[in-house]
Amino acid sequence: MAQAIAFYVLAAFILGFAVLVVSTKDTVHSVLFLVLDFLFVAALYVLLGAPFLAAIQILVYAGGIVVLYLFVVMLVNLKRAPEAHQDPHRRTKLGFGLSAAVLLELCAIAVFSNAQPAPAAAATNALAAMPVSGNTEQVGWLLYTSYLIPFEIASMLLLVAMIGAIVLAKREL
Amino acid sequence: MMLSAALFMIGVIGVMVRKNIIIIFMSIELILNAVNINLVAFSNQLHNAIGQVFAVFVIAVAAAEAAVGLGIILAFYRNKETVNIDEMNLMKW
Repeated sequence: MAQAIAFYVLAAFILGFAVLVVSTKDTVHSVLFLVLDFLFVAALYVLLGAPFLAAIQILVYAGGIVVLYLFVVMLVNLKRAPEAHQDPHRRTKLGFGLSAAVLLELCAIAVFSNAQPAPAAAATNALAAMPVSGNTEQVGWLLYTSYLIPFEIASMLLLVAMIGAIVLAKREL
Repeated sequence: MMLSAALFMIGVIGVMVRKNIIIIFMSIELILNAVNINLVAFSNQLHNAIGQVFAVFVIAVAAAEAAVGLGIILAFYRNKETVNIDEMNLMKW
C-alpha cells in the first residue's frame, strides 16, 4: 500500500515536471526542470527494484547530459526569442493534431495487441540459472555473458559519437 | 505503463509544438526516459533483469545522441545565428 502511494506521488512529480519542461518559456528553467524530472525518475527506478539503473540515471543524465545542455544553452545566445512568429498558433494546432494522432495510434496498438503476461515460471528459471544474486550483480552478469557483443558495440557507438561531436563543434579542422 | 505512456505523449507534444530546437532535444530525452520506465517496470514485474540491461543500452544511445545532436546545434548556430527550426531550411529544395 505504501509502495502504491509512493509510486503515485513519484508519477505525479514526474509528469508535472515533464509538463513544465515542455511548456516553460525560459530555456534555462526548462533544463533545470529536466534535472528534477530525471531525479524523480531515478527514485522511481529505486522503487521498481533497480538501484543500479537509478545510479546510472543520476550519473549519466542528471550529471552528464544536462550539463551538456546547459553549456549549449550558454553558448547559444537566446536573446532573440525563437518563439516569435507571425502566426504562432498555426504550428501549435498542427503539433497538437499530430500528437493526438500518435496517441490514437498508441491506443489502437494497446487495444488490438491484448498482450498476454509471460509465464513467470520461465523467468524465475532463467534467474535461477544465474550464479549471482543482487541487482547490480545480475545486470553485470547479463551484460558480460549474454549481451557481451551489444555491450562492445555500444562502447564503439559512444567512441564514434565522442569523435563526431568534437569534429562538429570544432571551429575549423 | 500509464505513467510511461503519459510521459511519452508529453515528449511527443514537445517535439511537435515547440520551435526551440534545444527544447525539442529535451523532449526526445523525455521520450527515451519513458521507454526506460517501461523497460524497468516490465523487468520488475517479470522478475527478469534483461529489461534493465536494455535500459542501460538505451541510456548509452541517448548519451551519444545528445552529444552529436548538440554538436550539430552548435555548428548550425555558428553558421546561421538561430535556434528556431522555422528558419532551418538549408536542406529545402
